[in-house]
Amino acid sequence: MKSTLTAALISTMCASAVSAEGVVNLYSSRHYDTDERLYSDFEELTGITINRLEGSGDELIARLQAEGANSPADVFLTVDTSRLERAKDAGILQSIESDVLEARVPASLQDSDNQWFGFSQRARIIFYDKTDVSNPPLDYVSLADPAYQGMVCHRSSSNVYSQTLLSAIIENHGVEAATAWADGMVINFAREPQGGDTDQLRALVSGECDISVSNTYYFARALRKEVQGLPEDALANIGWIFPAQNAEGAHMNLSGGGVVAHAPNRENAIKFLEYLSSNSAQEYFSSGNDEYPSVPGVGISPSVARLGLFRPDAVDLSEVAKNVPEAQRIFNQVGWY
Amino acid sequence: MPRSSFSLLNGLAWLVAGLCLLPFVAVATAAFTGSVESLMMLWDTVLWRYISSTLTLVVLVSLGTFTIGASTAWLVTMTEFKGRRALEIALVLPLAMPAYVMAYGYTHVFDHPGIVQTTLRSMMGWGPRDYWFPEIRSLGGAALMLTLVLYPYVYLLARTAFLSQSSTPFLAARALGRSPWQAFWSVSLPMARPAIAAGVLLTAMETIADYGTVSFFAVPTFATGIYNSWFGLADRGAAAQLSLGLLAFALFLAILERNTRGAARYDGAHKGTLPRMHLSGWRNTWATIACATPVALGVVLPVIALSIMAMESEQELTSRRYISFIQNSLTLASVAAVVTVTAALVLGSAHRFVKSRGTAASLYIARLGYAVPGGVIAVGLMVPGGAFDNALDAFMESRFGIDTGLLITGTITALVVAYMIRFLAAALGAYEGGLSGVSANIDAAGRVLGQGRWGVIRKVHVPVLTPSMLTALLIVFVDVMKELPATLIMRPFNYDTLAVQAHRLASDERLEGAAVPSLVLVAIGLVPVMILCRRLARQNKTAAKNVIGDEPATI
Repeated sequence: MKSTLTAALISTMCASAVSAEGVVNLYSSRHYDTDERLYSDFEELTGITINRLEGSGDELIARLQAEGANSPADVFLTVDTSRLERAKDAGILQSIESDVLEARVPASLQDSDNQWFGFSQRARIIFYDKTDVSNPPLDYVSLADPAYQGMVCHRSSSNVYSQTLLSAIIENHGVEAATAWADGMVINFAREPQGGDTDQLRALVSGECDISVSNTYYFARALRKEVQGLPEDALANIGWIFPAQNAEGAHMNLSGGGVVAHAPNRENAIKFLEYLSSNSAQEYFSSGNDEYPSVPGVGISPSVARLGLFRPDAVDLSEVAKNVPEAQRIFNQVGWY
Repeated sequence: MPRSSFSLLNGLAWLVAGLCLLPFVAVATAAFTGSVESLMMLWDTVLWRYISSTLTLVVLVSLGTFTIGASTAWLVTMTEFKGRRALEIALVLPLAMPAYVMAYGYTHVFDHPGIVQTTLRSMMGWGPRDYWFPEIRSLGGAALMLTLVLYPYVYLLARTAFLSQSSTPFLAARALGRSPWQAFWSVSLPMARPAIAAGVLLTAMETIADYGTVSFFAVPTFATGIYNSWFGLADRGAAAQLSLGLLAFALFLAILERNTRGAARYDGAHKGTLPRMHLSGWRNTWATIACATPVALGVVLPVIALSIMAMESEQELTSRRYISFIQNSLTLASVAAVVTVTAALVLGSAHRFVKSRGTAASLYIARLGYAVPGGVIAVGLMVPGGAFDNALDAFMESRFGIDTGLLITGTITALVVAYMIRFLAAALGAYEGGLSGVSANIDAAGRVLGQGRWGVIRKVHVPVLTPSMLTALLIVFVDVMKELPATLIMRPFNYDTLAVQAHRLASDERLEGAAVPSLVLVAIGLVPVMILCRRLARQNKTAAKNVIGDEPATI
């Protein structure tokens, strides 16, 4: 598979080397320093030079809109599908035909109009202090249970992961239940919402919080190599719950990308997306950044594997994306800053 | 010749003012065309929280910078105590610190899992939640960070004001039986009031423009509200409406700042060196502590914290990537500093020669950017910039078959313009301060002696202004080095700066890694700040020789 893909990549590269500039321009909100290798591998493999601009998804969308038909951007990458949907709604992505992507990326992880494709996933799950919590919440809704008053830590509402989690809860349980949940969360907070995902885990270790919510890769990263504030012995005391396993399943963040509407290097852009679905890139999402590959059957790194198997939430991601403004309204209403 | 040079100057001034106005027009357009639905919803929920926390932050930072800036400035200019010479210079150093970088360091040390609380817990045998400790990620924490990096503005202005004060009133107060402290409160401080007020207003403007620190600490301020409406509610109209509210507040501060500065006239006559009061005993010790504390908290502690963090990171400082980060930061900062200071010179000169309502208004407009988050300016520039580029491209394509693409958007030019708009207030302050000693009669004399306006500018103003313009260059340079939001959105491909790399690692929650570019950023920022300091030291010598300080107002 890998070799045929490489061969396909190389043959298309040779064919287009004359017509194309030999570059592909990325607008990306993936902010992972480890992605450097992902890009350099592509450059080595294809001879296509990658130009990159990183920023937050919404800022990049604003820039793409302002630049209009003359935008140099070829590919738009995000850490979260809600922003891909926003880009699609803004008309700055285009539909593409790619047999490789169709074959590799599961239908549930790509846009129905082929405007975006998901390449890696992370589960947003519950972590808890095993000494202090004997009956951890088994789903997201239970996090707001009065039994956990003053025990729960979460990020602020301005964070995109907070927004999509509440959006998914709206999709799965309705606006009313979601509002009640957010309200209960605010009561249960051990401290004002703050910090990143790693900070939620560090606060479990230091004892400021008993239960927190974090993306899996931050925990897996700490399992793989020492992260400051998360020493190995302390990690042993952190338990994790893949939530709602008997119901909707664990909430997933899908990182993905699409080809920009006026991409000047359209062919290279498609090649780049196809590369992201290749075995080597997919493995790297796992070994480099501790994410779950989108392509079925691709091996995952030992640190990610240690988290175990689980059932992901299969909710329609484009529907979840539409709920983000509603989620922000609820956050504002309940005072989750 | 004078007529044509006059209109060239005027034309340039209109260009600068027009550029400054551009993003605000774009914001206003978006605000008025957007629906008010979100705004009503915000009104019912979080808007008051945004307003009250922004105002609280402004009040805390203003009080903090006033207290630290004015008191230390007075101590180093009026008294003699142990370590005064070194501290007089060291007090400026926190200027090199970006507030968000300081926040990284402080969080690492003072949050619940940080070394201080961990040590306290193990020493005292406290459980994780058995005790109270101030929360660093809070409104108070943000106020502390901003105070520590911004007080040098007040310090610099206050210090110059104290240095240039005539000693007579102070001595008169002493002769009338006032203690030195009473004389300070009743005479020295009121006389320096305009300069100090101008400094405090600058810090207030910087405070409402801050997004990096408050977002890292998750403090819901007005700037947070703008981003939440834009990103969360996906309503750019609402974000623009909030930005417009912020602009109104900024305009208020700009007018206030300009008026207080206008009142800051320096009386050049009757100069007399004030004999320094030699502090003895506990007073001496307290003076040393009072001046050393801001330096310790504003530079020493965060640098130590960041250094410890950096040692745990895997960043390769000598790699080609880092060299390019440094190059890019330096390029942007230097170009932007020159452009901004030149723009200030143009705007200031135009107003000086023409003095119309239009030129006066242009000075207010030019000051606004100082109180507006860089992201708002960036989007406000990108929208008209992109429209212009696309229109030009369409025209050239249809007329001449030339594909011009995006000429301005996404280039360094656009970014430099954004910096200019953002930091013009600092440079304008220097211009006005520097020329405050040159009366209009001198201009007239120059004209009578056959000089055109450019001649007057070149032969009279520039030599007088050189010291304060150099100060302005250094300050804009450091400000641009630290700037993040506009840089993030507007930079060209692959154009990573030190601030961008620090932000990227921080948003990937690799704060140890982020400490490395942060430290380099601080180290480079310290160079221009050191030059500033050396000039301060020289200024001192001239002041000691009974001469007015060479630059009545620095910023």
